[in-house]
Amino acid sequence: MILHTLLDYDVLRFIWWILLGVLLVGFAVTDGFDLGTGILLPFAAKTDLERRVVINTIGPVWEGNQVWLILGGGAIFAAWPQLYAVSFSGFYLAMAAILLALILRPVGFKYRSKRDSTTWRTAWDWALFVGGFVPALVFGVAMGNVLQGVPFRLAPDMQIFYDGGFFGLLNPFGILAGMVSVAMLVMHGASWLALKTDGALAVRARRFGIVAAIATIALYAVAGLALWGFVDGYRVTSAIVTTGPSNPLFKTVAAHAGGAWFANYALHPWTMAAPLAGFAGAILALLGLLRRREGWTMIFSSVSIAGIVLSVGASMFPFILPSSIQPEASLTVWDASSSHMTLFIMLVGTCIFLPLILVYTSWVYKVLWGKVDADEISGGKSHAY
Amino acid sequence: MDLDVVGLSRLQFALTALYHFLFIPLTLGLSILVAIMETVYVMSGRTIWRQMTKFWGTLFGINFAIGVSTGLVMEFQFGMNWSYYSHYVGDVFGAPLALEGLMAFFLEATFVGMFFFGWDRLSKVAHLIVTWLVALGSNLSALWILIANGWMQNPVGASLNPQTMRMEVTDFYAVITNPVAQAKFVHTASAGYLVASMFVLGISAFYLLRGRHVEVARRSLTVAAAFGLAASLSVVVLGDESGYLSSEHQKMKLAAIEGMWHTEPAPASFTAFGFPDQAARTTHYAIHIPWVMGLIGTRSLTGEVPGIYELVALADLRIRQGIESYDALEQIRALKGRGPVPPELTAKFEEHSAQLGYALLLKRYVDDPRQATDAQIALAAGDTVPQVAPLFWSFRVMVGLGMYFILFMAVFFYLSAKRKLDAYPWLLKVAVWSIPLPWIAAEAGWIVAELGRQPWAVEGVLPTAVAVSNLGIQTVLTTLLGFVVLYTVLLVVEMKLMMKAIRTGPAPDHAASPGAASPLIGATPALRTAPMISTE
Repeated sequence: MILHTLLDYDVLRFIWWILLGVLLVGFAVTDGFDLGTGILLPFAAKTDLERRVVINTIGPVWEGNQVWLILGGGAIFAAWPQLYAVSFSGFYLAMAAILLALILRPVGFKYRSKRDSTTWRTAWDWALFVGGFVPALVFGVAMGNVLQGVPFRLAPDMQIFYDGGFFGLLNPFGILAGMVSVAMLVMHGASWLALKTDGALAVRARRFGIVAAIATIALYAVAGLALWGFVDGYRVTSAIVTTGPSNPLFKTVAAHAGGAWFANYALHPWTMAAPLAGFAGAILALLGLLRRREGWTMIFSSVSIAGIVLSVGASMFPFILPSSIQPEASLTVWDASSSHMTLFIMLVGTCIFLPLILVYTSWVYKVLWGKVDADEISGGKSHAY
Repeated sequence: MDLDVVGLSRLQFALTALYHFLFIPLTLGLSILVAIMETVYVMSGRTIWRQMTKFWGTLFGINFAIGVSTGLVMEFQFGMNWSYYSHYVGDVFGAPLALEGLMAFFLEATFVGMFFFGWDRLSKVAHLIVTWLVALGSNLSALWILIANGWMQNPVGASLNPQTMRMEVTDFYAVITNPVAQAKFVHTASAGYLVASMFVLGISAFYLLRGRHVEVARRSLTVAAAFGLAASLSVVVLGDESGYLSSEHQKMKLAAIEGMWHTEPAPASFTAFGFPDQAARTTHYAIHIPWVMGLIGTRSLTGEVPGIYELVALADLRIRQGIESYDALEQIRALKGRGPVPPELTAKFEEHSAQLGYALLLKRYVDDPRQATDAQIALAAGDTVPQVAPLFWSFRVMVGLGMYFILFMAVFFYLSAKRKLDAYPWLLKVAVWSIPLPWIAAEAGWIVAELGRQPWAVEGVLPTAVAVSNLGIQTVLTTLLGFVVLYTVLLVVEMKLMMKAIRTGPAPDHAASPGAASPLIGATPALRTAPMISTE
């Protein structure tokens, strides 16, 4: 098969870097609101009926949303095998914590309503809180660590060694990034609840959303300043080969203090759109919450999340996963991808199925459009949770 | 199995996979059974079929939720515990997983929500389409994951790139049409259909015995018996050992299943009973049935099934050839991508590159395979024999149960066709007690396929011991305990909820009057134009 040579290797790599961003944004925006909703569950909803309303707002869609994470895992495996291998094994316990927390969610949604006991239901409410909070925090902490460089090295045969444990991730900048992540997903979840519920529940959700939006703006700004002032970036010091074999050890890299992660914004000013969207989206979402424009709030909060996630990628380009202890082993767009043919085949698959997915997902949201009605739930219709 | 990092990682993967495989076969089959029931409802308009759809759909939903979670763990574990594997074969193995997400998971997970929440919001036909899409999604997902698994058993369409030190796709069509993968898909999907059929049949029998929900039970039983008869025939006749002769290690697996230490003249006999002794390389008290193994293994009377001794001797040779290829590979890699590779070096590497994985078997004993002694080579060749006794017994459990299922399903198909189900209450009791059996057969089959793959992660390409992540023992032990505890709790909770749902039984069908449906339906043009079949 020579069909794959229709697109040059470097073009495919760049497309897959963009698609990596699309997948992460897809996950953060869709699964993000139900993680945020899970975090808000014990606080925004007081009575059992209110909590059931909250769960039913995400009940029909969380499964589809979570597939963004599954697809993200699969696509990173297929398109960026080394990124998948290094990050998943390096962040081993963090990943395990995410998985254990995520397992609680489907079970919580499904099982909470199967018994009337208050103890049973309260226990599942907190399980759902953990299921939302832990992934939101840990994904953010992981991002914060990626920006600082991760202590991994590659042996000549490409065996991966990670010289750091779980608690090494919990450094100040990592925790700050985790807080940005939690704040933005709570903002997103609150926007969702404001859109899908009414009455006292919606009022409380809006209040939480306002606080979270302000927190998102402030924490994101602080994280940006910290990134400028305290975090070393990395630069490739050898000639950049964009179509070479995917072997990270063929290059040399040096760490650079003093805002190396901001160089791309000077070089390509249009990339500033990402951080600007991060701020503007959150500010507009805040206004939307204050003015009770729920539909717009949801859109702006999504824009903010997309901007924040993409700004991480834009800052680091061409780096995807820098190594703090063996900088030349850092994974970049140009030396950590799959082969030319696999990238092409995966692109064809994505071009066929991603639009289809967007179409039928939108159809489902359209069918489910409207507020979740408390009477309908207490009446036991529609297979409510 | 030693409890080092490799052993613990294997144990964790095996346990999470075995748990996962409790939920998945039921999802595979029950999604189709539910879709069949709803089809009958839409075509006949008789509401009892809707009642059945909703009841079995509830049980499907309880099961589906856990399958989703355990599936996520499966996908993440490759990177977490098998990082060198992920690097080494991700270029080939990752693609089916990603396509599974794109093509299958989104489909089933998006529409499963509509299945439960869409009864009042969709037209009958639209809802039926949703149900079939859920079934299609689950089955497509099985197809892609078995293409991935089939490649581990028979790695076609890929070769090692010395520059990147990993396997890269050369022929994706070969990966998709891998004969081992196809045999596996048919066999595994049939097994899932059988699990679900027995599940529906057993629970229906329970209702008939108690005289409860008789109308629902009788109809469900009929559907399950017919579907189960087809599935049991398919799962036995189209067993996945049909792919076993397509590669070397599959032959080893076949020999181990049989406890066949030496090559026999064709057609080989089948050891119906015996005690395989791995240390002495013999099977004690063996009872042979002539011809049968030759038939199972080669589907012919003339094909030869090689024995374990002969295959080990072959492995010894392959290891020595692999070392030559490894030597050339190291010389190529020493150039670090600078300057052209001398053609004679490439030729030397490629001459035995198919055997390179055999050289990696030596990594257990020596860092550089080129320094291996004859004794170490002999040890590594001996490692190519999987654990014979568990394979031998698992296979016999699976096949024995398979025969039982055919008989069982045939009897119930006959009884339900003749409307004589009430005549033999003891048979209904047998049906209730048979519910767990297909799960036992399915898990035994999984053990045969995957334990039989050892010592390879990818046959002939990458040994399991090399594939593992460089993690600490305590780290793996921590997650292993975490998963086991949580999964066990989940399993107990699932079974309790299933029991509760079964005790409650099908909800009386309160037919929603068409006018009372959600106003949203009117607001959706696509639904208005969908053909509405008049209700009741």
